[in-house]
Amino acid sequence: MSLKIIPKEKMGEFVANMMGAYRVVGPRQKEHQFMFGPIENLDQLHLDYNTTILPPKKYLLPQHESLFKFNADTFDAELTIDDQPTVILGVHTCDLHAIQLLDQVFQRDHLDEHYMARRENTILVGIECLEPCDDHSFCKSMGTLTPPTGCYDLHLTDIGDSYAVDVETEKGAWLVVRHAQARDADDEDYKRINNILSEKWPRFPYKLDFDVGELPALMSVSQKSPLWQQLGEICLACGSCTNVCPTCYCFDVRDKVDMSLADGHRERFWDSCQLDEFALVAGGHDFRPSRAARQRHRFFRKGKYQTDAYGLLGCVGCGRCGRACLVEITPVKTFNELYRQRTGGAR
Amino acid sequence: MVSSIYLPEPARILDVQEMTTLEKLYTLEFLGGRPLGHKPGQFVAVSALGIGEAPISISSSPSRSNGTFELCIRKAGDLTGVLHQKKAGDTLGIRGPFGQGFPLKKFQGKDILFAPGGLGLAPARSVINQVLDERGKYGRVTILYGARTPAELLFKDELKEWEKRDDVDLHVTVDQPDDNWTGNAGVITTLFAKVSVYPRNTVAITIGPPVMYRFVLMELLGKGIPETNIWLSLERRMKCGVGKCGHCQINNLYACQSGPSFSYAEIKAVEGAI
Ligand SMILES: Cc1cc2nc3c(=O)[nH]c(=O)nc-3n(C[C@H](O)[C@H](O)[C@H](O)COP(=O)(O)OP(=O)(O)OC[C@H]3O[C@@H](n4cnc5c(N)ncnc54)[C@H](O)[C@@H]3O)c2cc1C
Ligand code: SF4
Ligand code: SF4
Ligand code: FES
Repeated sequence: MSLKIIPKEKMGEFVANMMGAYRVVGPRQKEHQFMFGPIENLDQLHLDYNTTILPPKKYLLPQHESLFKFNADTFDAELTIDDQPTVILGVHTCDLHAIQLLDQVFQRDHLDEHYMARRENTILVGIECLEPCDDHSFCKSMGTLTPPTGCYDLHLTDIGDSYAVDVETEKGAWLVVRHAQARDADDEDYKRINNILSEKWPRFPYKLDFDVGELPALMSVSQKSPLWQQLGEICLACGSCTNVCPTCYCFDVRDKVDMSLADGHRERFWDSCQLDEFALVAGGHDFRPSRAARQRHRFFRKGKYQTDAYGLLGCVGCGRCGRACLVEITPVKTFNELYRQRTGGAR
Repeated sequence: MVSSIYLPEPARILDVQEMTTLEKLYTLEFLGGRPLGHKPGQFVAVSALGIGEAPISISSSPSRSNGTFELCIRKAGDLTGVLHQKKAGDTLGIRGPFGQGFPLKKFQGKDILFAPGGLGLAPARSVINQVLDERGKYGRVTILYGARTPAELLFKDELKEWEKRDDVDLHVTVDQPDDNWTGNAGVITTLFAKVSVYPRNTVAITIGPPVMYRFVLMELLGKGIPETNIWLSLERRMKCGVGKCGHCQINNLYACQSGPSFSYAEIKAVEGAI
């Protein structure tokens, strides 16, 4: 829509002003790592963070959330809809791409009102990465090094003494008009932005040995690869990889009741296809009993199924799963090994 | 008002019938009075608030709905155990109907061969009664039904009715006969030798436990029934019914969305489906 400039010394005011009207969350430091958390004063906000342990997904699809409250005796039920206006500050472009996928998943066919209520009341403020966050990320290979269109409301680029603010939506425009002291970008700013964005590009390495456009096809021919067995043998089925993944959204549902045994709520909570009982049914039949089959399922969702279903990649290259995995199973190694098996490594 | 795809709608139990020691048949009606509006082969999610929710096939046919619907529930664990304590007048939560039913329109004019095993008769019954209520639209109707023991046979009254009809060819077998059993003994596949079909004009519908499918499929394919005409219903763990929770996924297919009924042609190449 438009490009604005907010001087860095005015950012504190901007954030402080929006705190009056919104819950504001953003990257905060926690010992040597970063995590998204509530921002109550500007000192807590670290827009120059490398990556967060959990993605900002938790503000759209919380780890545990009540779907509705009920009284089991009277059958009264009351929906739990969380629509508190929230601004998520400093979302990296890989995580924006992940939210774009979640938006599709929770809107398509059956609208998920719980996700949508949060999403519609959330203002997403992205931030352009100018340096690779660490060795695990592979955003450039996945095409997520730039923000997806139609997902963020505002997108920041650090241009030295100021932030360039790409205003994409009405919601975003309102936030700026209402709470920031911003000016329109001039020719000089455009030049700076242009230089910064083109200079950043070579700093990011390609990690995949092939073009990501070939990934769904590569997966199709890798159904019977011996690699799955090898991954299955070392995988601990701990579920850490899916837990930290911005594009994973599988969930389980359970009822919780209080002491009265009548009042309670039904909650959904993150689940993992890597856990032993994910596909187990009554009677003891397990439809994905081996860890090899579950690893394969996970990587097929990342590399093919989501693309087939939603036209978007199921992996955005954030690197979190590789960072979290104790036995060092990573998408980069996995996809490259599949490619090597098919081609002998030729490009 | 905001609604939610996860919010069950209260339905009153009008009647509970004990069918076997493990299975009960529930007749239900939405408190608001709306009809369920299902297709044969679809399922609902049944809730006992405070305990949980489970996918259960709709056992009644739309042709006999009359504002009510029937579920045949086997006691298999926590939730179904609690459901078994419910009585007429109690309220359950229902979401759905979910999934694709069987494409009955496509089956018109064809001979239909049903081959349900065990609890598979519960969903199959929805199709069978629909077909029988529109009997003229279909060719020959054959039902092969297998249960483990005579005591485990479901819908015994209806079996008797189907037996009596001369426009239905019914064969029943039990794996383990008792002293009073005079019928066929052996697994369901032993019944296939007893029926002759004109394969190209036959649609087969088989619903049963996973172990049954391999053997029944061999019989059906062996008779020359085209893969596109062989239909089955796949059970999976299900937590949402609306294509979100991921539990029911069979490779790229969501059993709750594109299933649970699939043609063999659709799923034969899908590893792990059968
Ligand atoms: C499409 C479909 C149709 C079905 N139709 C019928 C029917 O008509 N009659 C009938 O008696 N049973 C049917 N089932 C099986 C029934 O859903 C399970 O027996 C039931 O979920 C067991 O729940 P439980 O809490 O009593 O058992 P538990 O073993 O205590 O269950 C533990 C957990 O696993 C989940 N779970 C266990 N088995 C299944 C399963 N097969 N599918 C989904 N979730 C499961 C439950 O939700 C529960 O949270 C059907 C299943 C599917 C998928
Ligand atoms: S984090 Fe690693 S060990 Fe744990 S389930 Fe994922 S792949 Fe397996
Ligand atoms: S699979 Fe791994 S690298 Fe890809 S989006 Fe998920 S956590 Fe990030
Ligand atoms: S039951 Fe949840 S995706 Fe099918």
